[in-house]
Amino acid sequence: MTTAQVPEKTFPWFSLTKTLRESPVAQGLFLMGPTNTYLIVFMVIPLILVTVLSFLSRGTYGEVVYKFNIENYLRLFDPLYAKILGYSLLVGFLTTVLSLLIGYPMAYYIARAPARQRSLLLFLILLPFWTNFIIRIYAWIMILRSEGFLNSFLLWIGVIHEPLNILYTPTAVLIGMVYEFLPFMVLPLYTSLEKIENAQLEAAADLGAPPWKAFLRVTLPLSVPGMIAGTILVFIPAMGMFVVPDLMGGAKTMLIGNVIRNQFLTARDWPFGAAASMLLMLLTMVFTLYYTRKAGFGEELLL
Amino acid sequence: MKKYRIATLFIVVALLLVACGGQKASNVLNLYAWSEYVPQALLDDFTTQTGIKVNYDTYSSNEELLAKLQAGASGYDVIIPSDYTVAIMIKQGMLEELDHSKIPHFANVDARFTNPEFDPGDKYTVPYQWGTTGLMYDKSKVPFEPSRWADLWDPAFANRLVVLDDGREIIGVVLQTLGYDKNTTDPAQLDEAKQKFLELMPNIRLFDSDSPQSALLNGEAWAGIVWNGNAALAYQEDPNIVYICPQEGCGIWFDNLAIPKNAPHMDAALAFINYVLSPEASVLITEEFPYSSPNSACLEYLKTYDAALYQSYMDFSGTNPSADFLAHATPIRDVGDATTLYDRIWTEVKGE
Amino acid sequence: MSEKKPALWLRIYTFLVYAYIYIPILILIIFSFNKQKLNIRWEGFTLQWYEKLFNDHQVLLATRNTLLIAVISTLVATVIGTMAALALQRYHFPGYAASETLMYIPIVIPEVVMGISLLAFFSLIKFKLGLATITLSHIAFNIPFVALVVRARLHGFDKSIEEASMDLGANELITFWRVTLPTIMPGVLSGAMLALTLSLDDYVITYFTAGPGSTTLPLRIFSMVRFTVTPEVNALSALWVAIVFVILFISEYAQRRRA
Repeated sequence: MTTAQVPEKTFPWFSLTKTLRESPVAQGLFLMGPTNTYLIVFMVIPLILVTVLSFLSRGTYGEVVYKFNIENYLRLFDPLYAKILGYSLLVGFLTTVLSLLIGYPMAYYIARAPARQRSLLLFLILLPFWTNFIIRIYAWIMILRSEGFLNSFLLWIGVIHEPLNILYTPTAVLIGMVYEFLPFMVLPLYTSLEKIENAQLEAAADLGAPPWKAFLRVTLPLSVPGMIAGTILVFIPAMGMFVVPDLMGGAKTMLIGNVIRNQFLTARDWPFGAAASMLLMLLTMVFTLYYTRKAGFGEELLL
Repeated sequence: MKKYRIATLFIVVALLLVACGGQKASNVLNLYAWSEYVPQALLDDFTTQTGIKVNYDTYSSNEELLAKLQAGASGYDVIIPSDYTVAIMIKQGMLEELDHSKIPHFANVDARFTNPEFDPGDKYTVPYQWGTTGLMYDKSKVPFEPSRWADLWDPAFANRLVVLDDGREIIGVVLQTLGYDKNTTDPAQLDEAKQKFLELMPNIRLFDSDSPQSALLNGEAWAGIVWNGNAALAYQEDPNIVYICPQEGCGIWFDNLAIPKNAPHMDAALAFINYVLSPEASVLITEEFPYSSPNSACLEYLKTYDAALYQSYMDFSGTNPSADFLAHATPIRDVGDATTLYDRIWTEVKGE
Repeated sequence: MSEKKPALWLRIYTFLVYAYIYIPILILIIFSFNKQKLNIRWEGFTLQWYEKLFNDHQVLLATRNTLLIAVISTLVATVIGTMAALALQRYHFPGYAASETLMYIPIVIPEVVMGISLLAFFSLIKFKLGLATITLSHIAFNIPFVALVVRARLHGFDKSIEEASMDLGANELITFWRVTLPTIMPGVLSGAMLALTLSLDDYVITYFTAGPGSTTLPLRIFSMVRFTVTPEVNALSALWVAIVFVILFISEYAQRRRA
């Protein structure tokens, strides 16, 4: 029975949707439609608002005054903000590099594990994310405190004689950041490592390459898409992060995320906060565009 | 098929959640206040007495309250802003005038706290709790007992201070060390303050407005710039804690109950405010949170309700500051356009 | 990958990383039983915090809100996101590049900027902040993640099955429903799981778009830990982990049975 034999009477709407059924372009637009509409309303328009907001002024009591000015952007040229931006980039960069270094061997191990075990191992990485993010950080504070677990343990086994001053230092911040972002690096890496065929490695071995050379020349280059995807997933949010530096670093550093948040909630200078947001977004867009142009944007981001 | 089961499961769960939630608007009060500031016992008692359920949403700073309300967040009936925030809100027409005929318990308020400078005539607010900002230290740990803010700059305190993560409070302290008004708008004075603040940074171990007393109790810090409530909580756990108003002066704050404009449940809001001012309710607050009560009927009642608590309330400088303490205390006042100056200093110093 | 067993150092290393991930969780759980209120030193075993948790109205309300928002936003985002994935992976239409870029915006935009823009938007159109605004916001950031996951699954999809189905007389709709969808279902479910996780743990965006009576668990926990970090919060976490373990254990078991 072919399509033509389906009685038109039974499904009257068939005739209405004829174009839809027969034109792939119409189908594509139909499927993409809801997403586009939704995102235009809830993403594009709000962003346009923020852009407009960045050109307005702050009233005496923190309200928004409809007076055009570009001072907010001029303020951003102050070296102070360059420094803050620099710090944020540094935090993002270090977090990404550390996650990559720590996560790569792990992703490699899981990719080589028997198939049955792999989903379990991956799931185990994700499970802690189902607890609350704030509480995980507080657990770290308990561990890293002067009288916390780490110090108590190290003192007990005699490796150190005085408690290490870790908490409320940049080291603690990095420990916390890497903790939060590790899964976002491991998962894409795993995806691209898993695709590497046995055959290629065997071929390398057959041609006389020792394991380390096979790794450097075959495995590593083939895992680059995974590394890029992981970098994007870690670097961008890490740059705008302020909760972990506040809680684990004692709120002693001012990062771009703090600045933006402060403008909206403390100084109540919404226009300036909007301008700073625009700057941050511009940076992330540039970064993403550059990377995706290099390696495509897609599967390796996934689980 | 599996996908149907899961989809059905989702939908059923969603419907259940919608069904068992959502109060009908009539018998509800939406309270928006600092977290850990209104005892559950008080809310439960209010519900028992009036049948009105209370939704308690929280914010963690006055600025957050202001920002949210200015952004158009509505639906709140009662809020608890501090002194300078009330001043701003009145100027911006953000508060409803109170119908005092519905708040007879207002008579319980200590006369010292009525008719405040930020709300002349008590037209928009009634006092909730008040307190001070001062210097707290652990006398068993500090190298010497500080008596002035300036002492905190001493290298002996390197990396041993915890201070509030609040620009106005901390810059205020720095200004007081320099002998200036903590609410100054003079850019030259503020610039000096910035330099002096930078000098304090090596001594600061962490900024924490939420629970600075934890840092003292677990030994991370030896002294700090904190609110009286933090000091009192620490004192409850460790009698070595001392709380003073340094010679240069300290801070004082007043929190108040108010009704935002266009609150959906005005009657419930007024009933709530009146209830809170009663001694039986007020004492629940003092029992649970160690701030100072502006309610004289409450303190009177406390003498018989819990004599031991009354005694410790009266004894500790955090809850019952001496006249001398109070003489040196200045509140924070709104500085209008200079707000951005203060914020800039904060950004610059922290951004170093 | 090679069937050789991985080197010993690699195994030890991986174990250590897992330890890094799990030690804080274990500590959290253990200390949910601590007698001392300030949770600084261990003082003894007690279940009182769990009891307190069940009597805590605000926490229960927050839990209800969180689940409601997560379930609804996941459902909507999964449907819309899957459709978008199909569109991007299989069709060409005018505006393709723009659609693709548009979809990636929520992923690359910093959360704080997204939260603020949504707050500004809702306040401009005078849409009352509450459960609805939070849900709408969550859907916005979930759609792209679902779409990405499903796209990956579609990537290796063999169209010949679909062609066979159509040859046998089924129209597009029936083919989709009975052939395509079941095949991509693992991807759709993965996407849904991801969306659910993101929604459950979201703090920043929810913070900016919440209104009266619409506190969620992450917000509530954050304000709970502000004043004093009592073990009640640990108890909440421990329960959460336990529940998740149970659910996933059940679904693993169910999958094994099916296989």
